[in-house]
Formats: sequence, C-alpha cells, structure tokens
Amino acid sequence: VENVRLLDRLSSRRAVLGTLYLTATHVIFVENGSETRKETWVLHSQISSIEKQATTASGCPLLIRCKNFQVIQLVIPQERDCHDVYISLIRLARPVKYEELYCFSFNPKLDKEEREQGWKLVDLNEEYNRMGVPNNYWQISDVNRDYGVCDSYPTEVYVPKSATAHIIVGSSKFRSRRRFPALSYYCKSNNASICRSSQPLSGFSARCLEDEQMLQAIRKANPGSDFIYVVDTRPKLNAMANRAAGKGYENEDNYSNIKFQFIGIENIHVMRNSLQKMLEVCELKSPSMSDFLWGLENSGWLKHIKAIMDAGIFIAKAVAEEGVSVLVHCSDGWDRTAQVCSVASLLLDPYYRTMKGFMVLIEKDWVSFGHKFNHRYGNLDGDPKEISPVIDQFIECVWQLMEQFPCAFEFNERFLIHIQHHIYSCQFGNFLCNNQKERRELKIKERTYSLWAHLWKNRADYLNPLYKPDHSQTQGTLHPQIAPCNFLYKFWSGMYNRFEKGLHPRQSVTDYLMAVKEETQQLEEELVILQERLANLQKSQSGDNKMKSKQQDRSKQFGLYTSNNSLANTPQEYSNDLKSFPSRSPSQGDEDSALILTQDNLKSSDPDLSANSDQESGVEDLSCRSPSGGGCVPSEDSGKDSDEAVFLAG
Amino acid sequence: RFVGSLGTIVIKCKDLRIIQLDIPGMEECLNIASSIEALSTLDSVTLMYPFFYRPMFEVVEDGWSSFLLEQEFEHLSSVTNEWRLSCVNKEFSVCPSYPPVVIVPKSIDDDALRKVAMFRHGGRFPVLSYYHKKNGMAMMRSSQPLTGTNGRRCKEDEKLINATLRSGRRGFVIDTRPLAVAQQARAKGGGFEQEVHYPQWRRIHKYIERFNILQESFIKLVEACNDQSHNMDRWLSKLEASNWLTHIKELLTAACLAAQCIDREGASVLVHGSEGTDSTLQVTSLAQIILDPRCRTIHGFEALVVREWLQAGHPFQQRCAQSAYSNSKQKWEAPVFLLFLECVWQIHRQFPCSFEFNEQFLIMLFEHAYASQFGTFLGNNENERAKLKLPQKTMSLWSWVNRPEELSRFQNPLYEANSLVIWPSVAPQSLQLWEGVFLRWNRPSKFLEEAEEERINIIRYNKELQAKVNALRRQLAELETEEDAREEV
Repeated sequence: VENVRLLDRLSSRRAVLGTLYLTATHVIFVENGSETRKETWVLHSQISSIEKQATTASGCPLLIRCKNFQVIQLVIPQERDCHDVYISLIRLARPVKYEELYCFSFNPKLDKEEREQGWKLVDLNEEYNRMGVPNNYWQISDVNRDYGVCDSYPTEVYVPKSATAHIIVGSSKFRSRRRFPALSYYCKSNNASICRSSQPLSGFSARCLEDEQMLQAIRKANPGSDFIYVVDTRPKLNAMANRAAGKGYENEDNYSNIKFQFIGIENIHVMRNSLQKMLEVCELKSPSMSDFLWGLENSGWLKHIKAIMDAGIFIAKAVAEEGVSVLVHCSDGWDRTAQVCSVASLLLDPYYRTMKGFMVLIEKDWVSFGHKFNHRYGNLDGDPKEISPVIDQFIECVWQLMEQFPCAFEFNERFLIHIQHHIYSCQFGNFLCNNQKERRELKIKERTYSLWAHLWKNRADYLNPLYKPDHSQTQGTLHPQIAPCNFLYKFWSGMYNRFEKGLHPRQSVTDYLMAVKEETQQLEEELVILQERLANLQKSQSGDNKMKSKQQDRSKQFGLYTSNNSLANTPQEYSNDLKSFPSRSPSQGDEDSALILTQDNLKSSDPDLSANSDQESGVEDLSCRSPSGGGCVPSEDSGKDSDEAVFLAG
Repeated sequence: RFVGSLGTIVIKCKDLRIIQLDIPGMEECLNIASSIEALSTLDSVTLMYPFFYRPMFEVVEDGWSSFLLEQEFEHLSSVTNEWRLSCVNKEFSVCPSYPPVVIVPKSIDDDALRKVAMFRHGGRFPVLSYYHKKNGMAMMRSSQPLTGTNGRRCKEDEKLINATLRSGRRGFVIDTRPLAVAQQARAKGGGFEQEVHYPQWRRIHKYIERFNILQESFIKLVEACNDQSHNMDRWLSKLEASNWLTHIKELLTAACLAAQCIDREGASVLVHGSEGTDSTLQVTSLAQIILDPRCRTIHGFEALVVREWLQAGHPFQQRCAQSAYSNSKQKWEAPVFLLFLECVWQIHRQFPCSFEFNEQFLIMLFEHAYASQFGTFLGNNENERAKLKLPQKTMSLWSWVNRPEELSRFQNPLYEANSLVIWPSVAPQSLQLWEGVFLRWNRPSKFLEEAEEERINIIRYNKELQAKVNALRRQLAELETEEDAREEV
C-alpha cells in the first residue's frame, strides 16, 4: 500500500510517508524519499493487537501494538486498503498451526551440522552434572521416559535416591497435572536443594502416603537438616479457595518435618491486567510526573516484581544460610514456581549470572519443566485469558538485580531485552509449544534453529564491561536488600519504553566502556608486538630484506588504531580501518554513535541478519527511530525535536 | 535538629544523615545535647566554623579570586564588542544584591542603568547572563518590572533589553510565574512587560514553584525516603505526593525552553520571576548547562555557580539554613540550589559522558551550600560578603576543591568533551529520584561504588596502555629513521 504515513508516537507533527508491505512473515514499512529509505520491520508474531480507529480527513488510522512494547501508528489514505490490511494482519498475527510460525521458514544460512551444534550449546545433562548430581542422594529417574507419568515434565527428572518409582507415581497422582516434586537446583556445598512441583490434591482432608514419603525423601537427601520448607507461592486466600476444588496445600500435621510458608504472588490474570495498566501509563502522551507515578503505582507492577524477588530471596536464604531444602509450588507449578526457582538459583549460583549460565537457567527452569510458552505468549491463536507476562517478570527481576549489583552479571541489559524479544518472535524454535513432549513431536530441533547459538555468536554485543570473573560481586550468593528498601525497584524504561529512544540516556555507558575495553585489548596486543619489534630492531642492526618486510608489517599494524597518533598512517587507511573499529567517541551526536556502534558490530558479526533484516539489536532500533528524525539527521546537536514541541506546548 | 531522650541523642544532619548516639548517664547526655543545640544554632555568622577553620593544606590558587567577572568579560570580548563592563554598582548602591561589576549592552550608559534599576524589583536591572557564541544571541536576567496597576513604563528599560535584539528580530521574555500570579503582582507594585511597550518581545509564562512549597516538598520527600515501614505502593504514592520530581520536571522544561529559544529560534531571552534571585537563576544556569560545553567542565561549572548563584545574589544564607529536618518553620528556607544541582544530575544521567565532573562533585556542592568549613556560601550576596570580609577571614571552597588531590575525586572517568548542545528528555520515564542524595544514608551503596571503581579502572588501564604504546611507537620510529639514514649512507 502506498502513501502510508507512519506517525511518531510522541508528536504527530513528524509523520513520514512511505509504503507498507505485508509479507508472509513481516509487516514492512519503507520510507519514501530520502536516500536511506529507512525500513521498519515487524514480525507478525510480535503483533499483540491491531486497532482500527475512526477515519479522519487524512485517512484511516491503524494502531499496531507489539509484544515487545513497540507501538506503531499508521495512517492509510484509503479506507478500503486499511480494512484489507487490518483483516490480513488479524489473520497473519494469529496463526493456528505451529508450521505457520516464522521459525519454520527462517533460515540463517547455516548448514545442518552448525544447526545441530547450536542446539547442543545448552545441555541440561551437563548442567545437572555441574551441580553435582547424580550423587549419593540424587539420581536420575526414568519413570517419565515416555511422558507416561507427567506429560508436561521432561523425560529425565532428578529425584531423591530413596524415592522409588512407586513413590513417584503415587505422589504424582496426588499432584495437579501429575507434576510431582523434582529437583530444580542442588547446592553442592551443603546438600540443600530446591525442588518444584504442583499443588497437592489435598482438598480439605485428603492425604497421600506416597506424597508424604516423597517429601520425606527430599528431606533425607539433605542429611544436614531435619526439616524442609514447603513454599506455596500463592496468596493464602487463593490456596484456600483451591481446597474447595479438591486441590490446596500441604497440611503440616500430615507431613512430618515440614515448615509451610505462603508467599503471596498473584496469579496470571492479575499480572496480565497489571502489565496492561502499566503499558497504558507508558503510552500516555506527555504525562505529568503525577500521572506517571500514580499510574505506575496503580498498576501494581513493581509490587508484583518485588513479591517475586522476595520469594526468591527467601528460598536462596533458606538454602545458602540455613542449609535447608525447599519444595516450591504454586497451582500447576509452571508459572510462579518457575519464576521463583529461577530467581533463587540466580541469587545462589554465580554460574547463572554468566551468559551461558543464564541460557542454561531458562532452559532448565522454564523450557524443560513445561512452562507453557505457547499459551502464555500467544504464539498461536488461543485463549487470551491464558496470556500473561510470566517470563517477562522474571527477566525484569534479573534487570532489577543488575541495577543493584552492577558488576555481578556477565551480560548486559541488551541481552535481556533480546531474549524477551525472541520469546515472542518465534524466529527460533526454543520457546515453541508448551512442553518438551510437544516439541519432540514437532521435531523442533531438526526443523528450526536455536536462539542460544545465535546470541552466543554475537556475545560481544551482550557483555557487561564491569563484569570480572574474579570480582567479589561475582562470587557466591547475592544478598539483595529485602524490605523496607522498596525504592530499589524501579521502572524499566529500557524495556517498556524500548522504542521511545528519546526517553533513554543518550550516551550508553555500557557501549562506551565496551569500546574502550576492545581498544584496550588491541593496545595490549600491539604493545607485545611493538616490544618484540623493538627488541629485534635493537638486536639486529642490519639485514635489508628483513627490514623491508617488517616495515610493511608495521604499516599494517599502525593502520588499526591511530585515533590519537600523529606518527601514524595516511588518513585513508585510517578511515578504512575505522569502520571495523567501533567508534569510540560518544560525543559525536550521542545517540547516533551508540547506534552506529551496535549496527557495525551486527553487520560484521551477523551478515545474514541484514539479508533477513529481522528485528535485531541496533538495526531495529535504528529503523524505528527513523520517523522521529533525530536519529538520522546528521545532527548538529543531539537533535530532539519532540522535546521542543513539548517545551513549547507546555 | 535533634531529639534527646533517655541517654540517646538523635542528630539529624543537613546532609540528610541521621546519627543516633547512645550515651550512658542521663545528665551527661543532656549536657551534650544542649551543647550541640547551642553550637548548631549560632546567632552570628562570624562565630561560624569558616572563621575558625585553619586549612591543613597549602593554597595553590586562591579561590576567592579564581572567578572574576573581568575574566569572563575578557573571554566575551574576544567574540563580540556589543557588551561592556559596568561599575555602576561599585558601592552596591544601585542594586544591593548585585556584584560591583556587571555586563550590560554597550549602548546603555550608567545613568540609564540607574534609571532602569529604579524600575526593577530590588534594583535588579537586566544584565547579561549568557552569550551564545554560535549565533550571537544573549540570555539576560533581571527581576520583575515595577509596572504597578497603572502600567508604568521606563523608556531606558525598553531600550536596554531591545539593545540585545537584532534588527527586526523578536525576543522572548520567560517569566517564571504563571500569568495570574504576575498579574496579581501588579497590585503590589510589581508586574510584567506589557506588549504595548515591548512590541518586539513575546512573553512566555512558566510556573516554577517557590519558597515554602519547595521546602515542604523537600521535607515530604526526605520523610518518604526515611520511612522504613511502607510497602511498595505507599512508597510510590509518597514519592508522588512530595511533588519533588514534578518540580524537577517543570524546572528542566523551563530551562530547555530558554535554551531552545536561544539556540533553535535564534532569539534573545530575558528571564525573570519576581525578585530574580531564585527561579530566574535556576533557569539561566540550567540553560547554560544545556547550551555551553564549558559549563560541563569542572572549572566551568564552578565559574557558573560563582557567576549565576553567588555573584548574582542568590541568598544562600537564608535559603540553606536548616535543610530538611528543621522543626521551626523558616520563612526564607528553600532548596532552590539543591533543585538546580539535581537537575544537573538528571542531565548528567542522560549524558553520562559529557560532563567532566561526577555525581560526587554535585553532592559535595550540596553539602557545602548547607554547611561548610569554607566561607564561599556564607552571606546572601556580594555586598554582605564584602562586609563580612570573607575573602580575608575565611578560606574559599574553590581553593580546596581545585587542588589536584581533591579534583581527582570529582572527575568523571567517562568524560569526553562534547561540544554540542545537549537536549535532555523531560518525560517522567526519563527522570529519576536522586538516590545519591536522598537515599545516600539508607541504601546499600557498596556495590555501586565498586562499579564506579571498576569504570575508573577500565579507563585508567586503557590510558596507561595508550601512553605505553605511543611511547614505543615513537621509539620505533626514531630507530627506523636512524636505520634509514644509515642505509642511505
């Protein structure tokens, strides 16, 4: 469709004219005019809602809201075109079969072997071995070999050695969806563990001998402690209500040696509404400070984040400080339980704070234990009441921790944002379906690619410059402040206003420091070479041939980094090399340079991306920034027209 | 500022710290409490610490003479000759709250200035605040014109501010009061520039809160930050109820507007509120942070504070007497300067690589404005400082700060000179609570400090390597030329 206007959310003055294309996988908007012809690409699977608004004199407005919090406002001149686009998008954004999803057509031009290699990057067997199981207390159980006991569990599950198949099966019959207690994290140093399950089917008085034995077995697997905590992550009221339906929670009288604890994390419906409310605040046009703070508080979002963190902190403390094992469950044990177990693991084990470890953590606590990605993130058309930002909340918890412990994580904010993006994008197979069983049936590993391999390949983009493996913050358990420091939890504009670049700091400290570190590394290398050469030169004062070859060598070497050296090479060589070297100066128009930096990195590290022009790192940011002007104008100053409009209007 | 009870003294400090001392013995405790009480509420300025403080360091450069307006004018004369230095206020007779020398348009003589002073509140006639080299536009500041109810006018005043306009161009008057307040001010003899008499000027009203409202907001915010009991929701609503961030947003918006008029509209600007000693200075100084890269250096920022706050007659002694914990209501108390510092911090946060100084530098200034061993922030204006003979009797803060040992603590490792205008975002999403001040004493800061240390280390190591590599390159090059020379021979 031609002559479509893409509006800037912050100021309607700055709309750009362009052409709208719908492909099988993307919505593409190409700007008219300017040489650059900026493109905005949106994957159909990212579309969360499409709204057709009342036709105005200028055309028919179409509002597209995306799951990665991008909001696109188009004005299409013809009502009929608009309707066509609307109808097609509704169909395209809500696929009914997995095969329609992008990951089945996405081809990053890797051969079969590379793809298999990619899937092997994260190996859970390896991970359990790293934790220290199997051992004297824990063993791998094959009761779920053919998903016979629990179809939402993985085939390989770790259970206490003393838990026989009979106990496991018996216990599973007494648990919602037959999700029996299984190992999530094992702490080598003191044998304490985190186990997870669903709620027991206790109703008002039902008991199950095998389930009681199962919890006994978990306690016995930690000889250092004479009780275990059973943490129900629901609010007490919700858990009690479940009793009427024959479900409920453990009765301390029936289970010997347990300490029962409620931690009130709200259910998926409350969370969905909370996010909705917060996003409405984010979408406000020039809100006042009070509008914003009031709306943020009213959404309750940060309160929910804190509840999840508190639960994680409680468990981490029990395991690390008291040496007590914990059994965690909620209702079905695939949402709140996953959140809480993974937050606790992250606090306990520095490995999960590395890039690889974080991938492993998501694979372990979310993917393998049957978190219903398809339902929660609406990959296929389904019940909208099943949709809820469960993993988004976990990702935000990680960000909140990064803010409090800036040196503790190997990865940076961008890593989290891109993982969130791809949970919804369906570009990679990792998060397809609702459980391992479905994924095996679909042959995901043979037909799609793994996100982890993709992120790993570009890991340079995701490094936290402040991370050092030997830093004190990277060792041992993290101890975040618990209440009353509520002010520690902050609004994450990098995520929820991700596409409003104007709102973010214009100079990225992370990118700047990474560029400095990269330069440092090159300097280190050069230093060694120079020292060698100097030594050689001083030694051998003769030898014409040698000399010549060396000189050539050197001139190559010099070309690389001459940013501040007048002795160096000709300007041409300098600028050629500059391209591969991240532009270091953040002063050159702030935002621009930061983006160029990521874009350059991307282009060099991932050429096929530009071919697919998918929603990646800097590229998408750049393209989406384009309508607002500031990003591409060779700005004499930091160019922020939208603000000016605000100043004047206000 | 303290509450004594059963062997416990709670000292609430102006830097927002709360110290609790448990002292054995009731009597001793009461004695100590009353001594602290007496010593912390001295009547006379000359009894205060700066008059007794003996510096333990050698003074390299006397801070009292580090920032003279004459130097600033010299700098200005190198780019334009439209301005002159006037000594009309030499004896503080024309305007008691102005410094002895001011910069005014060249075409206006001292007699005219005296007449204009009669027409402006407190004698604060329009003077140059900032000259934008890029396009030759000027920002001036003054107090409100005394038009009164009958619309008095002053030809000299009109001539003075028109002198800053290019022919045919318009200028902007930024009035930091809402229109209604400005209109009410006429009843008390004040007022605003009316279109009829200032046809070339467009007036824009921006509301910036004053005095007790700011102070209340400050107190509420500090209370909220110290409240250990509330849950998440109450925290946000208390933050909202304090209105502090709203003031920050308003102030930044007004400053951006002023900067925009100058840089984007290419117009001269006159800023004033009522007295021209508070909100006016906030706007003019923040606009300079946005426009002028020099103000983002350590020395430049110090010069800005001296020029736009100390010399411009912001009444520090009245405004920064008690800070947030005062029991007694002080009529003139208001965190005007703190608001300015916080706005700088907000811009700093958005442009972390464009400032030569770090957050600690701003916090240090906040502390010294409220309580200091140095005489810099004593007195309400240059006139009072001269009477107190501060330069002779006390040490200047700048003498201490500008020593290399101290400076290194205040340097931003990420700084790279940025010659551009920096436009901050004023959206609520972009503004944050200044934790470094308000949560300084009740948040865990160890990890953040470690992060800062790490940043410094990364940059330092990089610089060291650069130096080494450059030295080696030079050495190599020298050896090579020797070699070449020998070969040619």
